[in-house]
Amino acid sequence: MATVAAVIASTHHPFYYKASNATGADRPPFADEWVAKIAAFRETLTAARPDVLVMVGSDHFHQLWLDNMPQFLIGKAPFYDANWYNEEREFGLPRMFLRGDEDLSAYLLRQGIDSGFDLAFSNELRIDHSITCPLITLRPEADLPIVPVYTNIFAPPLPQPGRFAELGRTIRRLVEAWPSDKRVAIIGTGHLSLELGGPRQFGPHGPDPEFDRKAVSWIASGDLESALAEVSLDSLWLPGNATHGFMDFLLMMGVAGDGNKADYSDSLDLFHTMEAYFTWYPEATAEADQVRRTQ
Amino acid sequence: MSKYLLDKFLFTVDRDPELVERYREDPAGTVAWWEAEQAGLILNCHGQERSTWPAFSDVERDALATHDYPALFELGAHNFLLLTLFIALFERDYAEPLAFQREFAARLSHWSLPYPDIST
Repeated sequence: MATVAAVIASTHHPFYYKASNATGADRPPFADEWVAKIAAFRETLTAARPDVLVMVGSDHFHQLWLDNMPQFLIGKAPFYDANWYNEEREFGLPRMFLRGDEDLSAYLLRQGIDSGFDLAFSNELRIDHSITCPLITLRPEADLPIVPVYTNIFAPPLPQPGRFAELGRTIRRLVEAWPSDKRVAIIGTGHLSLELGGPRQFGPHGPDPEFDRKAVSWIASGDLESALAEVSLDSLWLPGNATHGFMDFLLMMGVAGDGNKADYSDSLDLFHTMEAYFTWYPEATAEADQVRRTQ
Repeated sequence: MSKYLLDKFLFTVDRDPELVERYREDPAGTVAWWEAEQAGLILNCHGQERSTWPAFSDVERDALATHDYPALFELGAHNFLLLTLFIALFERDYAEPLAFQREFAARLSHWSLPYPDIST
């Protein structure tokens, strides 16, 4: 069976690429610290020696549109072109080209549908920054095949928060049962408190530092129960009008497993939003459990 | 009233570099052309199979034709589409980084929760 080599959750700040490559007067004062944190975060994926990446993100009204909007979609294509003109324009993101793993896509679609998620699929999907940003931070070579998983966190009516967590648990269970000897890293990005196109946007911090503090604590401690008890589709408007992207963190907490503490966590308070980075190593947890059982 | 059509305008303009420039230079003319020629196009469908019913209300048409993003926010245009397109239109006119984004926030500062409903 396949090995879940790492579970990784983070924010996806589209300005990282530009900030990290800027020089001279254009380089923002926080860039060096940010680059150092990303280098340490990147090492957590490199150390897991993955063969394939399941990438969870959300299309920001690029290919998925209101005339035909899926709630959860898995890409099944041999290749994915990535990044869009408006991301090049606003964030300076480069065009990218990624390989797909169609076998794993087909497997997750079939088994996911049979597990109670009527997943949409796409055989020709252009990926956006919700997936390319974590590739730029974690695997800038972009040399590994991917399986993109898109969630709807933007266009109401949205699935309930608990449904995101349940999809995460399902993806974890299915990947562990995938008849393959590959090492799979499951990586997903979401939002902490975030305001886009509203009065609280682009402040000196995220719009709700108290929510961010709680959210980071929930994620780092794997406390899905408290997170799900406290957030709802209505309450997520309060920390900022784009905070429904936190539901992708809930999905990743489902992948990591209820109650499982992150093996690595870090954060960086930036203008506009807080950055946060989490890695779990399920193999290490399994080995520790085995040791406990045999003692 | 058609929040969907407002969003469709923002979406189709934002993804097309030529339309972004056209809307910046001639907002009223671009909105009139778009409503007449483009509003009914179903994306990915042949033009012969266009929708026959989409139309802006007078208030919506006027808000788009005057680049009035606070009014579009109030009408329930999707906040993400609104921000992204208006950054493309006007960020270049400001010397300081993020100055337009901060002005955008300031011009909406009379709003508290709940914000206008963006459901379509």
